Amino acid sequence: MMRLSLGRRFSVFYAALVYLFLYLPISILIMYSFNQSKLNAVWTGFTFDWYGKLFQNTAVLEAMKTSLTVAFINTIAATMIGTLAAVGMYRYHFRGKMALEGLVFLPIVIPEIVMGISLLALFSQLHVPLGFFTLVAAHITFSVPFVMVVVRARLAGFDKHIEEAAMDLGATPWQTFVKVTLPVIAPGVIAGALLTFTLSIDDVVISFFVAGPGSETLPLKIFSMVKFGVTPEINALSTLMLIVTLCIVFIAERIQQKNK
Amino acid sequence: MKPEVSPAAQVESSRSPRASRDLTRWWTLTPVTLWMCVLFVLPLILVLAVSFMSRTSFGGIEYSFSLDNYSRFFDSLYIKILWVSCQLAFLTTVLCLFIGYPFAYIIARSPAKYRNLLLLLVIVPFWTNSLIRTYAWIVLLRTEGVINAILLQLGLIGSPLTLLYNDMAVLIGLVYTMLPFMILPLYASIEKLDRSLLEAASDLGARPLQTFWKVTLPLTAPGIMAGTLLVFIPSLGLFFIPDLMGGSKSILIGNLIKNQFLSARDWPFGSAISIILMALTLLFIAAYVRISKDKAGKGLM
Repeated sequence: MMRLSLGRRFSVFYAALVYLFLYLPISILIMYSFNQSKLNAVWTGFTFDWYGKLFQNTAVLEAMKTSLTVAFINTIAATMIGTLAAVGMYRYHFRGKMALEGLVFLPIVIPEIVMGISLLALFSQLHVPLGFFTLVAAHITFSVPFVMVVVRARLAGFDKHIEEAAMDLGATPWQTFVKVTLPVIAPGVIAGALLTFTLSIDDVVISFFVAGPGSETLPLKIFSMVKFGVTPEINALSTLMLIVTLCIVFIAERIQQKNK
Repeated sequence: MKPEVSPAAQVESSRSPRASRDLTRWWTLTPVTLWMCVLFVLPLILVLAVSFMSRTSFGGIEYSFSLDNYSRFFDSLYIKILWVSCQLAFLTTVLCLFIGYPFAYIIARSPAKYRNLLLLLVIVPFWTNSLIRTYAWIVLLRTEGVINAILLQLGLIGSPLTLLYNDMAVLIGLVYTMLPFMILPLYASIEKLDRSLLEAASDLGARPLQTFWKVTLPLTAPGIMAGTLLVFIPSLGLFFIPDLMGGSKSILIGNLIKNQFLSARDWPFGSAISIILMALTLLFIAAYVRISKDKAGKGLM
């Protein structure tokens, strides 16, 4: 009895230690975004100054705009392509299905950097200038597979007979999709959309290669700012990005929980 | 034009189920096929092709065929970078496994009502930007950073320690970024583990350690392999962690590729290294699929 409780106490202690490792750096980052001292090692007092400065920094605001626009267009396009594809893959059997599966699975597992440089090579060979357009195209490419995976997971529990019944009753495949399939998979579609939005907002590696001079995203802006040194402004910017990401993830979780 | 005459309308009015089914199939699968062929397959083929070409003196690409880029990679210098970066990625993977396994085990064995919350708490940092997570460690570790400030104030050290810009810092950054990728597949396989098997083992006289080695570990091996793959491969390519946290000598294969494309402007050589990195990745995945018999790659999603 004594041994069990000792073991349990050790378990709790160990888990707490790992959570501390996971959360301490982020917490300190957030805390110091409210610190008055620019050197940010010693706590000198509470302030919102760094957030104020951030919203006067036009380069940061510009990057924020780019990030949000790219994420928004990417989310719509990738969710549409990915959802249609997941439904198609679920409904039909055809030659080359395995090849298509591989085509969708590969981008998830190959190193991001390879995808980044290969897109850079493509755009430069086709003489497409790097910028907003290439950024959006690249983001859609790495997002589509994730939407497919999420929507497919939702489809896995879906009874094929309902679709067949609808079509037997005279619905066209398209009507069946809109009236029968889509309402059932909607939580998966929304979760997939929110996932791609966060993936797009947070992407560093692929964006690094395909962004042009006038189309810097927020993570790229942070990257170049960090290279020049640590400032409380970056802490504030990081905190804002953390909050946005966490809000989206929270909403996604709620939607998925509700529909389980 | 009367609608009945147009062939499309004829198909529509006759409502041949086969024709309209084909049309839907076309609509659902064509966009993804086209998109991935043009923006995923074609670029990879291009990189493969460029890897056999050579660099002009102006940093352009000369359209010729040679294996020079590959033979150049097997020079001592570059092979050493690959070796060092594999070592670093391996060390990252091992550390993640040692930290992550007991942790995943504890969560999987915690009361069911807390389990989802505990797991969500692991996923939350995994959803935050990896660059920001790296930056958070810089704030902690730098000379004027939080750790040094605290140690100085406590009088434990006389002058600040150099915690940043070395391999140790890169390792911390990598482990911190990759840890959730290890914990999640481990948790999935430990959670599935049938508890009665462990009871059976102990009823049959196995000591706890024996049960662990002979029952728990083999049964959770798929999770270990999936986690290893998910940590090892990205660790090789995360160029911004050595860029921001490492010293001048900390360079991963990802940094080498990045430098060939952006500063050295030797695209053919950079392409060749990318192809080698991809070949290595596919080799690992093939080994994973073979050993774990996870053909659909489900453990990796």
